[in-house]
Formats: sequence, C-alpha cells, structure tokens
Amino acid sequence: MSDRVFPATAAMGKSVRGRAMVARDGFSARYDLDRIAGRFSRPEHKLAGRSYVGMVLILDRAKGGVATAWMLREMAARGVVPLALVLNEVNPIMVQGAAFAEFTMMSGFGLDITGAVPDGAEVELDTEAQPPCLRIVADAGTAKM
Amino acid sequence: MLAGAQGRARQWAIRHQIKVGTYLAAKDFVRVGQAHIMADTESLGEAGVAWLEEIAALPAGERRVRIPTITDPRGTDFAAAQRLRQLPWMLSLERRAIAAFQAMGVLMTDTCVNYQTIMAPLMGEHMAYGDTGVTIYCNSVQGARSNFEGGPSALSAGLTGRTPRYGYHLDERRQPNLAIRVEHTPRELHEWGALGGLVGRICGDYWRVPLLRGIDRIPASDEMKHFGAALASYGSVALFHLAGITPEARTAQITSANPREEGRIGAGDIAGFLAGYAGGGDKVDVVVFSAPQLSLLELEELATMLDGRRAIVPLLAVTSPQVKPDADRLGLTARIEASGGMVLSGMCFYQSYAREMAEANGWQRLATNSAKLTNILGGYGYRPALLSMQGCVAAACSGRLS
Repeated sequence: MSDRVFPATAAMGKSVRGRAMVARDGFSARYDLDRIAGRFSRPEHKLAGRSYVGMVLILDRAKGGVATAWMLREMAARGVVPLALVLNEVNPIMVQGAAFAEFTMMSGFGLDITGAVPDGAEVELDTEAQPPCLRIVADAGTAKM
Repeated sequence: MLAGAQGRARQWAIRHQIKVGTYLAAKDFVRVGQAHIMADTESLGEAGVAWLEEIAALPAGERRVRIPTITDPRGTDFAAAQRLRQLPWMLSLERRAIAAFQAMGVLMTDTCVNYQTIMAPLMGEHMAYGDTGVTIYCNSVQGARSNFEGGPSALSAGLTGRTPRYGYHLDERRQPNLAIRVEHTPRELHEWGALGGLVGRICGDYWRVPLLRGIDRIPASDEMKHFGAALASYGSVALFHLAGITPEARTAQITSANPREEGRIGAGDIAGFLAGYAGGGDKVDVVVFSAPQLSLLELEELATMLDGRRAIVPLLAVTSPQVKPDADRLGLTARIEASGGMVLSGMCFYQSYAREMAEANGWQRLATNSAKLTNILGGYGYRPALLSMQGCVAAACSGRLS
C-alpha cells in the first residue's frame, strides 16, 4: 500500500477526503475558471468544460497572477469551490490565497503527483500528519462519492 | 501584534503572514517600504468586500496601515461605466471597497504602473507589491525585492510594515537558474510581449529566474513593461535578468553565473507566437489598449496614429489616474476621442468584469497589443488577437482583423 501514500513537503487547512480531478496543467482562478458556473473555462486547459465543485484538484503548478489570493475565499463563500488543491509546485499567491480562505492545499511530493493519482480516484489529504500526505483510498472505478 | 495588543487587524495580518511564511519556509520577517494592493471587486466579490468593511469598521488606531499603501487598478472607471454597460451592483461593490480602503488609510492610486507614475523603488529596497507586472518590473529593472503579494498579503504588509522573508527577498533566490539566447531583439511593444510570452512558456514556474543573453540595445521602460507583464502572465515569473542591461545582471555575482541554456528565441519564434493569435480577416468587436495601463508616451503614439481616422468599433485606451490629467492637458484624450476612441482611467480591462462586459456588449473578437491581455482573456470567453498598435488601429478603423 505504500505506493498509494504520497508524503508532501507542506500542507495547510483541514484534512479532507474526496474525488480527484487530475491533469498535468496549471491552475489560476482568474485565467482558467468560470467561477460563477464552477467549471474550467479556458479552452486550452486540459480540464476545459469540467466542473471542479467539490473535487480534489490535482494539478502541476500554480500559474498566472495575484487574483487567486482573493478568489478562493470568494468562491468558498458561494460554495462553488473545489474541495482542495494539490500541486507539484506552489507559488506564493496560491499559498496566500489558501491561507486567507482557510482552504486545504498540499504540495511538493518528490514525484509528479499528477502522474501518480488516477483521475477519478478517491483520495484523502491528511494535513495533520508529519509529514502531511495524500492517500489513495479507492481507485477511479470503485470510488463512491 | 500576535497577542492582539496592537488591535485585531494587525493580529489577523501577522497571523496570516506567519501562516504564509511557515508554508514557504521563511525564517523571519523583513521590513518593507511600501505595499501595493490588487483588489478589484471582480476578484473580491461580496465576501471580500464585506471582509474589508469589517476591518474598516475597527477603531482608527487599529485599522490604519502603517506604511505607504497604494492600490492596483479598480474594476471600473466610474465616468465611463454606463458606456461600458457595467451594472449598478458592480459600481456599488467598487464604492464600498474604496470606502473601506480609504478608512484604512490606503491611497487609492489605482495603477499597475506605479513604477512609472508614483514612486520607483531603489535597488535593494524591500517591497510588498501586489501586481505581477509591478513586481517583475521592479525586481528586474530596478533591483527592488518583492514576491507576488496577493491582496490579503499586501494589505497585511501595509498593516504590519513587514513581510515574510522568502523568495525574492533572499540573495540566493535572485540568481538566474536558466539562460535563454535571444537572437532577435523586438522592435514593437507587442513583439516584446510575445518575447515575454515565449520566455514565460519556457520557464512556467514562479521559482525560475531567466537570464536572457543577446538583447542588443537598452530597451525603453514601456518595452520592459510589456515584456515583464507578459513573462509574469505566461510563466508566473517574478524576476528576470538581461545580460549587461538590468542592474543585477551587471554585478560580478550574476555575470559570472552560468546557468544552463534552455532555449533560443529568434525572429521566427516571435512571428510564430503572434501567428497563434492572428486575426485572419475576422470581424473585430472591440480594440483594447490595456494591461498594463498606458504611459503618456503610448497615448501620444496612439493619438498620432488615430489623427484623421475614425474608429468604427469601440476602441478603449486605459491609463492611470496619474497620466490621465496630463493626457487631458496635452490634448491627447481629445485627439483619441475625436477619432471615436475612449480614454479610460484607473481601471484595467481584464480586472473590470470582462466576462460581463463581453456579454452586455456582444464582444468576443478582441484586438490588443498586450500579450498579457491575450493570455488572460481566453478564459473570459474572448477570442483575442495580438497585433501591433498600428494593426489594432487599422482593425478599429476597418472593423476587421488583418
């Protein structure tokens, strides 16, 4: 089972469990999302057209500008928000935004986490563990949400 | 501050900064000279504005910033909101946010080119800048030290006078970690933006610091503005060096650095980038000069191109509240508006409810000379074309993209 647990270098927010939405692409609330509809709207994004609401987004890295620092909290206030964000690499804006929104985020796995977690798998983010870790608890075909 | 002896706003701010600094492995804080807050209400939403109002309602001694704190563009130009078909609720949110910031002692400068209009930082000066274009320009061209500070973090810095010391506050982070050979020095602003976009695609990461070799002349401030804004937008990059040109790339420490070359960019690459955003004879709905706000020199160039011509589709030229009065005084605004354009002040197109403006005005096909704007607007439902300023003017006057 150890290949299904992935230690991270940093995490914040509460521990959560949910379905993974995975792509080797970036994340920016301003550039990539229709935040009213709750879906990826940037045509070039690998998740274009898909709803992110309630999902554990597992993506490569933070990108774009500073707006995400406000937007995560605004999205959370309306309930049109991912459950958590998992990234190979963060930038300061994503950290600032997650801190402001009290949002669950985890990053830094020593491998490409987007290649390690299947899209649709059920995952648990344990932010209290030392080190914090992502655990796959059910494969894509068997995940019950 | 942490114990609350200096009030609730500063207690929240220092807690926020400790959370961020801990995640990013900061060992301590560094005092900063200014804070610059990005806080358009499209980003803030009702939740963000209500949060600002809670701070603004605290006693004066608790809520006021303790270092000079300025603002990025707002979500509207109130004088033009009706013509842009922005809705009353947008203006109401903006007014509430402005009132809250003013109660905190924030100076409503409403500009993303404060390095051209308000006060340029000194080399080595630590700042908390909240706009990617501002941060990358001031870090790279002026040798200042800032990370990207999102709105809540920039406001925190305003309240505490410091910021966690990580990233580009540290000498070791400012070293270049990749090199790119530039075989063609751009001539026009949109080409500088294209070069920024290409370098950004190679970098693709906040923690990458490119050293560009081969730029064959000293660029102008507006050229660096477009290059930096695009590089930050496409690559999330906050610092670059131009060999022999930017201040830190003149020091022994960096000129002796020998990062691995990860790319070469020539005229064909820039042409290919532009071709990716070409118009192909399509009808154009709107022409926008924004992101970053225009300098006085850009407005003068635009006015000259428009003299004696007539825009038949909306042409928006967006500048800062500092430049606008000079543009008015020098007759530039009148010349642009006599040709059918609109000169807007204190906003930026993509920060001004771009999706709602598109729906209200039927705008989809947009022409701009800003690579940054091109990168952002796809997610807002636009089909942007990246052209020269001359090409944009031609599109505005013919109604078609060439």
